[in-house]
Order: sequence, then structure tokens, then C-alpha cells
Amino acid sequence: MKTLISGNEACAIGAKLCRPKVIPVYPITPSTHTAEKISELIANGELDAEMIKVESEHSALSACIGAQVCGVRTFTVTASQGLALMHEVLFNASGLRLPIVMGVANRALSAPINIWGDQSDALAERDSSWLQFYCESAQEILDTVIQAYKISENHDVLLPSMVCFDGFTLSHVSEPVDVPEQSEVDEFLGDYIPYYKFDIENPKTIGALAFPDTFMEFKKQQEDAMRKAKETIKIVNKEFSKKFGRSYGDGLIDAYNMEDAEKCLIALGSLCSTAKVVVDNLREKVGIVRVRSFRPFPSNELRDICSGVKAIAVIDRAFSYGHAGVLYNEVKSALYDLKERPKISNFVIGLGGRDVRKEDIEFSIKNADKNEIFWVNTKE
Amino acid sequence: MKFNKGAVIDEPGSTEKNKTGGWRDKKPVIDKSKCTKCGICWVFCPEGAIYRNEKGEFEINYDYCKGCLICAEECPIKVISITEEEK
Repeated sequence: MKTLISGNEACAIGAKLCRPKVIPVYPITPSTHTAEKISELIANGELDAEMIKVESEHSALSACIGAQVCGVRTFTVTASQGLALMHEVLFNASGLRLPIVMGVANRALSAPINIWGDQSDALAERDSSWLQFYCESAQEILDTVIQAYKISENHDVLLPSMVCFDGFTLSHVSEPVDVPEQSEVDEFLGDYIPYYKFDIENPKTIGALAFPDTFMEFKKQQEDAMRKAKETIKIVNKEFSKKFGRSYGDGLIDAYNMEDAEKCLIALGSLCSTAKVVVDNLREKVGIVRVRSFRPFPSNELRDICSGVKAIAVIDRAFSYGHAGVLYNEVKSALYDLKERPKISNFVIGLGGRDVRKEDIEFSIKNADKNEIFWVNTKE
Repeated sequence: MKFNKGAVIDEPGSTEKNKTGGWRDKKPVIDKSKCTKCGICWVFCPEGAIYRNEKGEFEINYDYCKGCLICAEECPIKVISITEEEK
């Protein structure tokens, strides 16, 4: 059924369709409406779940962990400072191999105080061993939440997922969204089968100490799982397409106009929609590669699709201070192994909610071959 | 070695297998000839590494004694000596 909803509502309805049993939340702009919508769905009797109003985001994710080890699906949502406050708990969730799914409405981090959108919050959690998906539309948010449960809960993966969507540009904008039937999602996802859970009949220790002689092996298992997640993401994207008639590239990257592209633009999230309009109006052979899965990072896929491209513009809405844009670093490192390396430039755009204009995208494409880092549209 | 995903320990009592006595660098030794068997060392040992043998004497299980020396501190007649651990 097609309905007009915001990205936040799409996130909430996506979660509801997956039937999480425990949803601990601490609302924060711009993700608040997701929590609001979920509480409404529970109050209406449309979702049978326990919503825990916790005292902080640190507690929200801790409560997810507590519930998930008891054998139920959980969900939470946050942004910005809230995600930053979860930082240490993120590593516990992934280290314990719990397939928690969390919505993140991407927003800048203080200081200066700023409540608007950029991707600094989630990208700063790059190394937390969570899968990270970046969405382009409200429809994709809903679909990705469903896919994320299926991917994370795969027993070869067992890592938590962040479903990231741009604060305000996606979280607060209403779009027509095709909401699947509950029965279809039930068939697609199935019941949650925990890999392990607390059970009085079979006592376990969860969250124990690992000495230096075993710690690395557990960490290596997480990396092996990330590698397996790459294949799982592709498979789930195909299965989703078969069931619901929608897919997003190969699941890892979403390519546009790349068949004979000489230049290419690489970015995360909703600004790729603006970029498509720009590229359509240009008389050049320019393609777009939207990185949908930032973790695991699609290095091989980028190498394949970028071989033959002469210049690449990587657009970043987050910066690693003292070095370069976050996505730019990753792309450059992935393409190092190409025999004929393209020129590659970095364009820092739209931090703290500044509009990403068509002119900024045009500037990026024009200067892709400069091998430089540009802070676009900044005042002197 | 078993590496369960998530470092989950699926059999109870595994703590016993970790012989934490290897952490010790000072070793408490009870002089049984002078010990009055008051049991204060047994009460204070935070690791439960002091036990009573069949003869009713207190002994230290060096597999688990981490060498914190609380027993020596608490012994009211100071018959627990502190020696250097040699490995």
C-alpha cells in the first residue's frame, strides 16, 4: 500500500514490520519521530513490544543488549550526540555478536552546537564492527531496516546494523512509500532464531573476560563475519527484490550511468539524488556510485566499477580532521590496487546541514581530476 | 581451544580452569608450626584460595593465589611470611 510518510515514519514502520519485542529509546533530534511513531504503533495495538524509556542512549543500547541476550529481536534509534554517547556500548553489541538493528538519523556533532544533518556521527563509529547502510529515500529506509534484520541475524554474520539516513533531508521529508503487508515481511524474515540466549536449563556466561591468548581470535571472527556479510548483503538484496520488487544496486553499491563513464562521483546517502539530476543535465559521460554499505566496505566492487574511469570526485559530509574526508580515504585506499589509477579529488560539502546545491555537485565533477581536497562553498 | 562466537562460555565452572596463580609475584607462606588455626586468613582471602586440609590446618592453593598478601596483613600473630615468587 502506497502512503505518504517521512523518513522517520518509514524507519518506524520498517521496524514494526520486523516485530521487535523490546525497543529501548531515548529520543533525540532528528530521529525523535521514529520513536514517537513506534510508541503510537504500540499504543494502537499494531505492535506487540515493550518500549523502555531509558535515561540515556548509553542505557538504550545497553537495554537492547540485555533483551537480545534473552532471545528477542530489539530495535532502537538515535542520532548525533546520542550515538556518540553509545560509543562504548556499540563495541559490546558487536563483540557479543548480537544482531541488533538501529536507525540513525545522521546529524552533526557539537561544538559548535548544531542540530542539522551531516554524516559525522555514524562515520565516527566506523570501527565499531557494526554494519552501516546509508539510504537515499524513505522507501529505502523502510526496506533497509527489513533487510538489515535478515542480514544481521544470519548466523554467518551475527553483527549489529545501523540503518543511516540523512537528518532532515530524509528524516523530516515526506515521500510516497510502498509499505509491504505484514504477512509478506513475516514470510521474508521469519522468526528470530538466536544463536545463543540465556536459558536456565543451559547456563552460560555472557560478557566474560578474554585473556591476551584468546582476545585476537574473537576479533578475527568479527572480521571474518564482516567479509561474509558482503555476500549476505548481496543475497538478501536479491531475495528482497524477488519478494517485494525493489532492490538497491547489488546491495553494496548502487551505480548510475556508469556503463561508459569517464568521470564518476562517489558519495553516501540522499545527496546522490541531487547528483543524478546534475549528471542527467550534463553533456559529459559522468556516472554516480552510491556507496550503500559503508561497512562492510565494497572495495572489490568499487575497483571493478571504477576501472577505466579517468577521474573521480568523492563527496564527503564528514571529515577526518588532520587528514581528509572519511569516504575519500576509504575509496582511495580501495582503488590503490588498480593498475591504472584514476585522478581522485575530495569535496567536503553540506556539513552541519548546509544545503547541498546542484552548483556544488557541478563544481565537484568539474574539478574531479585536480587530485585535491576542496571545502566547497565556504566563506572566507 | 574453543572459540564460541561472542566469547560465550556455554559450560558452567570454567573459571576453575584459569589458573590465575600465574599472576603472583609475591608468595605468602603459612608457618604451620606456629599457626593457631584462627581462620582469619581464610575469611579474608578474596579469591577463596585458602582452604582447610584433613588435619584442620590452613593451606594456600597456589594455583589460584594471586599474591595480594591480604592474608599476611590480617594474620593476628604474623606467621604468614612474604617471599619472592620465583618461576
